[in-house]
Amino acid sequence: MTVNRQTIEELAELAKISISETTIDGVSGHLDDMLQLLGQLQTINTEGIQPMAHPLETQQLLRSDIVAEPNNREALLATAPLTAEGLFLVPKVID
Amino acid sequence: MHQFTIAEIIRGLKNKQFSSMEITRHLLTRITQLDSHYNSFITVTAEQALAEAASADKRLAEGGAPSMCGVPIAHKDIFCTTAVRTSCGSKMLDNFVPPYDASVVASFKHCGSISLGKTNMDEFAMGSSNENSHYGATINPWGNNRVPGGSSGGSAAAVAARLLPGATASDTGGSIRQPAALTNTTGLKPTYGRISRWGMVAFASSLDQAGPLARNAEDVAHMLSVMAGADVRDSTCLNRPSQDYTLGLNKSVNGLKIGVPKEYFSAGLHPEIAVRIEAALKEYVKLGAELIEISLPHTAMAVPTYYVIASAEASTNLSRFDGVRYGYRCNNPTNLRDLYKRSRGEAFGEEVKRRILIGSYVLSAGYYDAYYKKAQQVRRLIKQDFVDAFKRVDVIMGPTTPTPAFALGEKNADPIAMYLQDIYTIAASLSGLPGMSVPCGLVNGLPVGLQIIGNYLDEARMLNLAHQYQQVTDWHQAEAATPAPAA
Repeated sequence: MTVNRQTIEELAELAKISISETTIDGVSGHLDDMLQLLGQLQTINTEGIQPMAHPLETQQLLRSDIVAEPNNREALLATAPLTAEGLFLVPKVID
Repeated sequence: MHQFTIAEIIRGLKNKQFSSMEITRHLLTRITQLDSHYNSFITVTAEQALAEAASADKRLAEGGAPSMCGVPIAHKDIFCTTAVRTSCGSKMLDNFVPPYDASVVASFKHCGSISLGKTNMDEFAMGSSNENSHYGATINPWGNNRVPGGSSGGSAAAVAARLLPGATASDTGGSIRQPAALTNTTGLKPTYGRISRWGMVAFASSLDQAGPLARNAEDVAHMLSVMAGADVRDSTCLNRPSQDYTLGLNKSVNGLKIGVPKEYFSAGLHPEIAVRIEAALKEYVKLGAELIEISLPHTAMAVPTYYVIASAEASTNLSRFDGVRYGYRCNNPTNLRDLYKRSRGEAFGEEVKRRILIGSYVLSAGYYDAYYKKAQQVRRLIKQDFVDAFKRVDVIMGPTTPTPAFALGEKNADPIAMYLQDIYTIAASLSGLPGMSVPCGLVNGLPVGLQIIGNYLDEARMLNLAHQYQQVTDWHQAEAATPAPAA
């Protein structure tokens, strides 16, 4: 199967990544090669096999539902590229 | 002083042959002199290291300090470090200074170990050559035109160049074991969940596991003892306290059954590597172990299974990098969609973008069953191969990599050829099993790694086996040529 330009553009939209015009052919060639590699999985009979989502088949640790972490609002906001009045800033989304 | 192993440093500090300050200064000087050549560090934290060394010396003088107190190490730049930039090898996090320490970092700080800085890596741990780093490729001390492997190539090269005795690393499909093999160092990826992932930048959460990389098995045991253990902040971390992994190193390996998978010696394996692995296995026979041929029939499916699952998980995990809360943000976004797309498009490298796109593809409507669910089913078959094998054998051994270190740029044009570097390491990752690489010889002057795959939580036995091998061989002591200091 061949991954065409439209598929790449759809994937880029799903993944929210801009793909430059100069690299689009390379990306499409790579996806073709990858789908060929991943297609090898179809040769294996997996009828009745339970999907394995995780290597651990034990119960996850749970902790009591009590507040344990201090409020690090200032420290966490300090890593953001743009903030104001204790909030993350993004371009206007509502007119 | 840079020739000292971790065990020798621990003894030297205890016997007051030298202070933590002295060895820390010595290694920092060495890094300044040599690392412009290797590029194994992204950030060197000299001032902080000297302050830590001063407190460590105080603790040592008071007595009762933990064994790793005063020992200088470094952290792969995937582990968050308070007030020290944590880039994960990416332009995306070039300006990211975390407000907290990863659990692994905190454990070493708690013991009084010294951090010399943050080591170079493939961007977001995606790569097998360290060439995908935003900060430039790391050079393998074993050959100026050779890659050190990846993604923990900086940690491996720094240990091989004797810039430090050990470093933390992480492994998703082979990122500790493959660089260890290519640089003549000893590296261990523990059982999934043995070490907390809290504060370790996520790539593929069902596969990622931290681990130590050092000169020999004894040093790896010292580091693992600090790193392992339960952590309430990582709900996938196993609820088991750490243990002293150095205690069982001297046990006899007499009578142990070593499984040798026939699929790991098929076409694609460099014939000279096969010779070195067979020689290593003979050493184990001399030590009293028994070799048993086994089969892991789904071995060939490990690489495609991994690239579905790891890419799917990466596309999900890396969606957090959106130009809003941390990391890179594009200039003058026209709207929110433009902010997301350009921030990610401009700051992620090519390999990271490729994997996110593949991940988005296999998770998208219409393809989920054919790829993602299918890969999860094959993942169970791969794990079952090991479960069946461990009914007959105690450990499994084979090569870590199909070839020795390749040349810089050699596999850049063909990413899939690069992916096949991890053909022998990926299956253990998919199964959550511990894997280790131990130096076992040279081919054309380049190191070869013997891989030891253990049963779940059997790290102590693996370290015992590796240590016993290192008592009767000296491959792990072979040293790369040191380059002339940069002018």
